[in-house]
Amino acid sequence: MTTDRMISLAPVDLAIIVLYFLMVLGIGFYLRKFATSGEDFFLAGREMTAWVAGLSFLSANLGSLELLGWAGASYQYGILAAHWYWVGAIPAMLFLGIVMMPFYYISKTHSVPGYLQLRYGPAASGLSAISFALMTILMSGVNMYAMAVIMKVVLGWNIHFSIWVSSLTVGIYVASGGLFSAIFNEVLQFFLIWFGALLIPILGLIETHGWTGMVARIQSNFPGQDFTHAWRTLGSAQDNPMGMHWTGIVFGLGAIISMGYWTTDFLVVQRVLAAKDLRSAKLAPIIGSFFKMAVPLIVIVPGLIGLAVLPEHLVPQGSAIAGQHTYDEVLPLMMARYMGPGLLGLGITALVAGFMAGMAGNVSAFATVWTYDLYRPFMRKTASDAHYVSMGRWCTIIGLIISIGAAYLAMGFTSIMDYVQALFSFFIAPLFGTVILGMLWKRTTAAGGFAGLLVGTLASVGMFLIVKFNPEALSIIALSTHAKAMAEDMYRALWSWLICVFVTVVVSLMTKPKSNSELEGLVYGVTAIPSDGTIGIFQKPIFWAGVAALLFVILQYIFW
Amino acid sequence: MSEKHHIIPVWFFVGVMLLAYGILILISGIAEWSNPPHTVLANLHAPVWWGALLTIIGGAYVLAFRPNRSQ
Repeated sequence: MTTDRMISLAPVDLAIIVLYFLMVLGIGFYLRKFATSGEDFFLAGREMTAWVAGLSFLSANLGSLELLGWAGASYQYGILAAHWYWVGAIPAMLFLGIVMMPFYYISKTHSVPGYLQLRYGPAASGLSAISFALMTILMSGVNMYAMAVIMKVVLGWNIHFSIWVSSLTVGIYVASGGLFSAIFNEVLQFFLIWFGALLIPILGLIETHGWTGMVARIQSNFPGQDFTHAWRTLGSAQDNPMGMHWTGIVFGLGAIISMGYWTTDFLVVQRVLAAKDLRSAKLAPIIGSFFKMAVPLIVIVPGLIGLAVLPEHLVPQGSAIAGQHTYDEVLPLMMARYMGPGLLGLGITALVAGFMAGMAGNVSAFATVWTYDLYRPFMRKTASDAHYVSMGRWCTIIGLIISIGAAYLAMGFTSIMDYVQALFSFFIAPLFGTVILGMLWKRTTAAGGFAGLLVGTLASVGMFLIVKFNPEALSIIALSTHAKAMAEDMYRALWSWLICVFVTVVVSLMTKPKSNSELEGLVYGVTAIPSDGTIGIFQKPIFWAGVAALLFVILQYIFW
Repeated sequence: MSEKHHIIPVWFFVGVMLLAYGILILISGIAEWSNPPHTVLANLHAPVWWGALLTIIGGAYVLAFRPNRSQ
């Protein structure tokens, strides 16, 4: 990695960046007067339209590290990386909208741990809330550090300056307007990212004379390697650069990891819970799915264009020597290649906005889970609504301070980033097992839910440690000695989900279930799902879910 | 989005942002027309048409969602 900055900004670029900071702070101050009650501060008054909730739902996941990391992954793995946007997102988003959202919404829960509290009681809810709160804030910190490093490499900015200025800005606007502020800024970020990054594929494809020309150039630069087919090379783990078999993509990623992330990670689900009615809540993830399908255009295609046009070959993180660039730097390199003054400022602002919106999403979700799922049930059960709002505002600030601490911790121990990422993934797959069984099987009991979540999580951590200390175990867990870290994650998620489901079912069958009346509004079969009413076909969520599913299938066919 | 609170729609803020950025980028693109930056395909003058596009979309959003119209 070179120590020189990759990009120099002109005054117009700096003006664009400063304008963004002024705008988000102004919006935060403007929204403060609206965030007075708990429902306003933590759930944005539950009055968001389907479009606002849908774009916010998508943007909460579309952070800068996501953009940079997946552009880098597409340079490394080719179009295989698009699976994380297609099979790794679309089925789960549609499932959330059509199957799961009615239960979240009808139960009037404020969070995913809140649903577990209603369905399973305090043990499972507490475990999930503690793990979520801890991991969210740690993730926010390590992401903060990672982004500050990128700003240093790309722009030459001081790391401390990046961390403190962005944190203070996020702290002010989220503590002011709560989820209102977070959602407003996520919608702004959505537009910034699209308009900031879309020029790269447009100009890149003009330079390579279209998709066919780009593929020809990649084949010329990397003879014998297939970077442009999504499924064709997945028949054997040895045939693709990821070391992945198609079962890992379909069952590990598509069925477990993505279902777990998109349907139970409160960071994204919170945005949909802010929708104004059930139809909007169902439509929000479906609207998000259309844009999610298109995100590879601004993330994956730039990585592929990098393979085609960059004169140098990028290298993995950690093995770069002076003058070389790493995979993760492909997006900034492409920005520097095509964007002059003005456009560069827009592109950098998009990255900064994505970073700050991600941080805002983390701290707003942390504040909600801490206040409603830990502080209220376990520390102070009866207090005024104003007290909980005040706690939420303070939590936002405290969460940011802990995040900054985690960022400095990550600065001292770079490997902590890998561990925190892995740690977060430990909870996602088992949590999905616990939530989905709770929603779809009324026989699931509180003891079963808690035991399944606990054993599933411990099993996931155990598998991670076994491979860490005995790499030969990889061939058992990931079914191949060729498996890379991503493939290992997929299979670990699959096994931990199966273990969670198995334990939940066995323990539930041995313990006494709740009565039907206690499960009303929480479980399929004992809950009357409100009809969408006598609306036209084009207004029905199921119709648009069908269109999204069809488009998804067509994309797989085109890029097979 | 503003049934209960009468909040200015987020789309208005999106419009203001795109309009401001569009104007800045358009002006920057016109200023460098005869002396384009050393980027690939600089001859296409991307800042001019991209800035114009942002200006048009931003202006349309501002007009469509301006506060006195939404309330």
